[in-house]
Amino acid sequence: MPELPEKKAGIIACSGEELAEGTVSRLAALKVLHDTRPGDAVTLCLPLFLAGGQGERTFARFYPTITVDGCGLKCAARATEKYSAKPAASLVVTEIAAAKGIAGIEGRRRLNEAGRKAVEAVVEILEKEVDRVLGPSRRRGHRTARQKEKK
Amino acid sequence: MSGPIMKVVIVPCSGIGKSFGTVAREAGYHLVEDIRPEQTRLVALSKLVMGDEETRGAVATHPAITIDGCKLNCAAKTVRESGGRIVREVAVQEVFRRHKALKPEGIAELNPAGQALARVLAEELTPLVDTLTSADSKEDRHA
Repeated sequence: MPELPEKKAGIIACSGEELAEGTVSRLAALKVLHDTRPGDAVTLCLPLFLAGGQGERTFARFYPTITVDGCGLKCAARATEKYSAKPAASLVVTEIAAAKGIAGIEGRRRLNEAGRKAVEAVVEILEKEVDRVLGPSRRRGHRTARQKEKK
Repeated sequence: MSGPIMKVVIVPCSGIGKSFGTVAREAGYHLVEDIRPEQTRLVALSKLVMGDEETRGAVATHPAITIDGCKLNCAAKTVRESGGRIVREVAVQEVFRRHKALKPEGIAELNPAGQALARVLAEELTPLVDTLTSADSKEDRHA
């Protein structure tokens, strides 16, 4: 049987440099990518995605993407929809923080305690979204033989 | 009487996948927060590309320094496409070639060498910021 490309979730963080919430989006995406769902997700570089990276755009057209925006401008979600396809899920740090009662996020360079709590809150939701878009066979503890082999 | 200081816009790459992107961002923060907070302003690349009016206005009316983490030069391309005036395009890799001992590692958190590289980069840009802002101050006084 031909070996098809492995399905992965694409995570696109806004990385907004002006706001601490942009840093939250970036750190949450990296944590899921490297620590909590390694092998299940890839990150797409937003500037490259916007500046015409065909690889990024093609990936987002055919694979499920999850956007993580720092603020209500939703640059990552809007860009994904504009250049590729509607994201499978769209998270916004300010909304998640408000829902969790996390206030006073500061430190775009070094997050304060509230910022670090926000990262954890976003990671928790992002993990669930990665599991959801990849389907039951890829959820933690239910990895495919091919994935186990790679480990 | 002197007018308001003309700011220089700093646009670092938003790269999330490589240490060099983190160095670009860290250098931008170092310049804007530590070295020349009054004379510089950081601009988020994503807002610029998505056409945020205020952000596009900022790059259209102020000199811009771009700091890119890879050869695709997204920050420089984006500023140019937004009608900005780039006075210096910096590639982190070029700075690294001159400072081989400062090999950056880590993305979420840079290693000490990466942090030092970011500081070096920011310090190298400081004289340009001073030149631009002092020239603008003179123009303001003559206006």
